[in-house]
Amino acid sequence: MGVLKRLWHRLGSPRWFFHMMAPWQWWLGMLSALLLLTGTFWGLVYAPADYQQGESFRIIYVHVPTVIVAQSVYMALGVAGFVLLVWRMKLADVALKAIVPFGMALTALGLFTGAVWGRPTWGTYWEWTDARLISTLILLFLYFGLYALRESISSAEAAGRACAILAIVGLVNIPVIKYSVEWWTTLHQGETITLTRIRMPPEMYIPLLINLLGMYCLFGYVLIARMRSEILRRERDTTWVGAWLRGEEEGAGTDNSNGKGALHGR
Amino acid sequence: MVNTNPVIGLCLPEWVLPRDPFAPGFVTIAHPVPDPVQLSTSAPTLSPPEVHLLTADSITCIRDRRVVVSLARLTLAEGECIELRGANGSGKTTLLRALCGLLPCEGKVQCHVRIAFVGHRNGNAGLLTPIENLRWHRQLQDAPVDDEQLLDALARVGLLRAAGKPVQQLSQGQQRRLALARLLLSDAKVWLLDEPHAALDVAASALLDELLNTHCQEGGAVLVSSHAPLAVATRVIDLSTDDLSADHRSADSAQAAA
Amino acid sequence: MSAFAGQLVRELQLAGRARADVLNPVIFLLLAITLFALALEGKPEVLREHAAGILWVLVLLTNMLALDGMFRRDLDDGSLEQLLLSADAAIFALLGKLLVQWLVTGLLIVLLSPLLGMILNLPATVYPLLALVLLAGTPAVSFIGAIGAGLTAGARRGGALLALLILPLLVPVLIFGVSAVNRALEGEAPRAELYWLGAISLASLMAAPFATQAGLRITLEQ
Repeated sequence: MGVLKRLWHRLGSPRWFFHMMAPWQWWLGMLSALLLLTGTFWGLVYAPADYQQGESFRIIYVHVPTVIVAQSVYMALGVAGFVLLVWRMKLADVALKAIVPFGMALTALGLFTGAVWGRPTWGTYWEWTDARLISTLILLFLYFGLYALRESISSAEAAGRACAILAIVGLVNIPVIKYSVEWWTTLHQGETITLTRIRMPPEMYIPLLINLLGMYCLFGYVLIARMRSEILRRERDTTWVGAWLRGEEEGAGTDNSNGKGALHGR
Repeated sequence: MVNTNPVIGLCLPEWVLPRDPFAPGFVTIAHPVPDPVQLSTSAPTLSPPEVHLLTADSITCIRDRRVVVSLARLTLAEGECIELRGANGSGKTTLLRALCGLLPCEGKVQCHVRIAFVGHRNGNAGLLTPIENLRWHRQLQDAPVDDEQLLDALARVGLLRAAGKPVQQLSQGQQRRLALARLLLSDAKVWLLDEPHAALDVAASALLDELLNTHCQEGGAVLVSSHAPLAVATRVIDLSTDDLSADHRSADSAQAAA
Repeated sequence: MSAFAGQLVRELQLAGRARADVLNPVIFLLLAITLFALALEGKPEVLREHAAGILWVLVLLTNMLALDGMFRRDLDDGSLEQLLLSADAAIFALLGKLLVQWLVTGLLIVLLSPLLGMILNLPATVYPLLALVLLAGTPAVSFIGAIGAGLTAGARRGGALLALLILPLLVPVLIFGVSAVNRALEGEAPRAELYWLGAISLASLMAAPFATQAGLRITLEQ
């Protein structure tokens, strides 16, 4: 419990996070590159072609992990918003701001790969009766909303909190949206192929998992990298950032100072 | 100090308890305390004990990573009328809004009585008449609505004849007077007023001064920001100086005390 | 509780005195449906086929218009500050405000639904069910929309931003509403959809005051 408590208090300090996460960033980046390359290459080249859909099925190795991680990113945003509102943790605001563009890009990529999948499979780039596609599209709009809301509020602190509220409201709504869309599409007897209805042999299963894991590592890497650069931007007036940029500061330091020179050059 | 829900407090360790995200530091604005606050009598004091209605410690308001106002300590005792002085942009409005809870900030604000706030805008709906506005304000405070009382207050501020016209047809000064009527009717002990003398003519200004005096004598406290020196002020806090924890006795009250 | 009643009375008084603000969205709804009827060349079968979708999309857009100015007037004249400063009573007052917002848009639409049904060439037997579906669904639209209105009250061109924020969250209401109307047209009672719409409406009724209050506090900070 003491470890948790110390970690909790430490998370109040952007400076600690910045230094602590530097090695993590590097390692997660390497790991994600490795896993994604392996998984994609394996899936796109080596895995057996699907007996029903042929070679076009291979795009699923990119499409499915993308969509799954895009939804996880939104859940992470909801959690970050909750932490920001309840505990006023600055890092949560940093995370909230940093990860929205990544989530947006991932969702767009998911829609694009879905369209690429759709063309040979169903003959169209877009299929309104696929619940997953529609849910992903709505997710994209939710991301747009978060981005637009942040841009519309001039005060940085207020914008962070407004986005937190929107993220939480969106998070609560997502299960309802997904259920209603699925309900609607099954009502219309569309030609949907969900993951659960496909029985996949291990040769197809494993590259998918590898890609999924790689995509999560990518999420971690991008999250940490963007959070660190956002921390640099926000704390640019403090002494510790200056020291780090000049190469003087190496590590986190044992004192848990919250950057006592905060807002130094007023 | 944290916002503790007793249920949550029992289940979670103390270091993880949630805080109210929208409180400035941690304002506790409660319903009026029925009995006067009992002070501990352990420390012998020569002057009569002051009852502090509002205490603010280490208030720092930050906007866009810039410190807008920073105050080490501010206390409002019963009967005090503090004038908040400062040049434009020195943070008077920000401080007042932070103290009543509209603006979140670092630090701790404690107030156990109700606060009445009059900001730059008067808080009256333009389409409604003064009577209807006052009625709404009373209902917001969960106070009984007595039309006689409302009319009395309007008469006191000189708005009786305009009591039936929509507020947007009144002049700026008249709308300000309506805000004064609201103050009269509220049972708040602490008044936070943001440049109330603006837009008031000489008669209304004098009326306001009289209201402030009466309120302080009845045991309330007032924190007024203004550009011009206030005669009724017992204390002055000047935000323009760097020494923000100092407050100077106003010349008049120092003379009166001497 | 007197704060709830007081706010209710006040909002109704304001609505009564600013009748144009109240009626404009509903007139927009009628106008837009007329435009659709014209655009689809008035063919009765086509109108009936697409009536549910047209109706619900336009109801959503009408509510976006109506919600746009929900808090703006109060923000400008300072009453919003006074509302939020009233500590415990603020939630009840906000509840009153939300309720009146629904009364002047959603309820009005429900009352007008026979007329809308007529324009869209729906059979008269469907009118009661249509009104019921709208009655179940429009509160959700008003309450969830109020959350967005609270967040965007201070923004300059808040209307488009409000729509962008809230319309994705209203997709379930759209889906269930359209499905309900279509089922009603086929002659069955749309039970499942009505339950869902009612559930969403009630849930948003409970959550909206708190979320709206949080959003309004942020708006007041700026």
